[in-house]
Amino acid sequence: MKPYVSFNSVSHFYETDEGQQVEALRNVDFHIEKHQFVAVVGPSGCGKSTLLKLLTGLLRPAGGQVKIFGTPVTEPRDEIGIVFQQPTLLPWLNVLENVMFPIKHKRGRISSKEKEQALSLIKMVGLDDFSQRMPSELSGGMQQRVGIARALLLDPEILIMDEPFSALDALTREEMGFDLLRIWNQSPKTVLFITHSITEAVLLADKVLIMSPRPGRLSEEIFIDLPRPRSAETVKEKAFAEYSDRIRQQIYHPREFTVVSNESKVKQEVSNL
Amino acid sequence: MRGQNNSFKQRLQSYLPAISLLLIIPIWQLVCSLFEFPPYILPSPTMIFDAFVQVESARWVMHLWATLRVALFGFILSLCISIPLAMMMVSSKYLSKTLYPLLVVIQSTPVVAIAPLLITMFGSGEGPRLAITCLITFFPLVVSATTGMLSTPPELIDLSRSLRAARYKEIFYIRLPYALPHIFSGMKVAITLAIIGAVVAEFVAAEQGLGYFIQFSTSFFKVPQAFAALIFLAVVSLILFKTVYWVQKYFFAWTLNKEKS
Ligand SMILES: Nc1ncnc2c1ncn2[C@@H]1O[C@H](COP(=O)(O)OP(=O)(O)O)[C@@H](O)[C@H]1O
Ligand SMILES: [Mg+2]
Repeated sequence: MKPYVSFNSVSHFYETDEGQQVEALRNVDFHIEKHQFVAVVGPSGCGKSTLLKLLTGLLRPAGGQVKIFGTPVTEPRDEIGIVFQQPTLLPWLNVLENVMFPIKHKRGRISSKEKEQALSLIKMVGLDDFSQRMPSELSGGMQQRVGIARALLLDPEILIMDEPFSALDALTREEMGFDLLRIWNQSPKTVLFITHSITEAVLLADKVLIMSPRPGRLSEEIFIDLPRPRSAETVKEKAFAEYSDRIRQQIYHPREFTVVSNESKVKQEVSNL
Repeated sequence: MRGQNNSFKQRLQSYLPAISLLLIIPIWQLVCSLFEFPPYILPSPTMIFDAFVQVESARWVMHLWATLRVALFGFILSLCISIPLAMMMVSSKYLSKTLYPLLVVIQSTPVVAIAPLLITMFGSGEGPRLAITCLITFFPLVVSATTGMLSTPPELIDLSRSLRAARYKEIFYIRLPYALPHIFSGMKVAITLAIIGAVVAEFVAAEQGLGYFIQFSTSFFKVPQAFAALIFLAVVSLILFKTVYWVQKYFFAWTLNKEKS
């Protein structure tokens, strides 16, 4: 089976205003299968957002290739929906108009069928009674729900989320995690989800990518074999704690890893225990 | 009970500015009658009121309209130039690097000092007066519009680009509306500057207008009449300021919301 998304030895540099080059990513290699939920964890500045921008096509990699359905990404594509860290709704539009914004902005008008779709998405994220409200009347969690509905409007194959819950308080954050699982069950998507929370990553993902900084590299891939559908019960399982510990261990006390060059591909292998 | 108390306090707060203004008048009157200033130093409120009533209302309307016309058209002209200019500066780095120093030079030149030059160059018609008003109101409008457009969250720009939307849509439908709260702040500053511009232009050369009338009155030592015109001018300026606020409140209410995100 062809991978849905693949990063092949991707590296990236930024140019600072002083003309210096910053190495943001070095030789990043991974795949995402169809409808797989992949979480990325790692300290600030290790290149997580850069990874996302490369997948959206807003940035082009300096080296290597980013592919969707086997073809290199050269410009932004319709198959991708993005949820940002801040909800960044348009304050002059109400909830419904905000959700419809991508279609309106792209084509200038919206069909009644698409409007129905927007309304059902608003219902799916649990805001049916709020479609006519302005963003300033909503709590942070509700605003982010609107952000999720907006990202789902064009029915993207791939959903990209950059620390979507990190601006929320702990309780709302937990609730949003479970809601995201429910939404993902209802309409399965291929998801790349960035987070700072290890437990959030374990709860949501099929696979967790751990990154380390300076330069940003992939230090480990951990498959989370917890049964689905997951719920508040999942968190109590022993395996859940074990996965979390393993990830924590890898972030704070990374074991040495060797980089084995294999023709053009570079694989990272964790040295023996 | 507590609710009532609160609303009474709120009501009181909204009336406080008016109360403080009204309190000044009897104090002023008292000071004038105690110290018996000659009217050309400090006329009393009753003298100013008498002077105001003695001038026919048609004359007031004529002077008012002359000033208001220049101030308003100058302001609108300035708005029509500064907003597109800000849009251009935001969309091109090169353009902003070229234009910005020019704008700073214009702003650092005291417009009041250019006024006599402009009028000798272009005559004493309405054109130079409009130009002066335009110049004086221009900078706060360009700066507020540019700052506002540049403060648009980068995520929204990413969203627009990820949709492959045309560049002009990004400017018109995201950056420009995002700048509206800033633009309204700029407009509140600019509208009062517009009155100043119009009055300064009248000081240099004019046959009518409230600025001209103040100068005319003082040159004949009709100080109470000049005070009457000055207070009239202040009231007009305040009304214009409030009008901008009302337009903002009724048509762009969202710009007054403190944003949560
Ligand atoms: N536009 C940019 N210009 C220069 N350096 C940047 C830019 N964006 C990100 N960087 C740098 O690249 C590195 C990775 O950034 P980023 O991908 O945002 O990390 P993360 O999302 O993991 O916090 C950081 O060191 C950051 O300073
Ligand atoms: Mg980031």
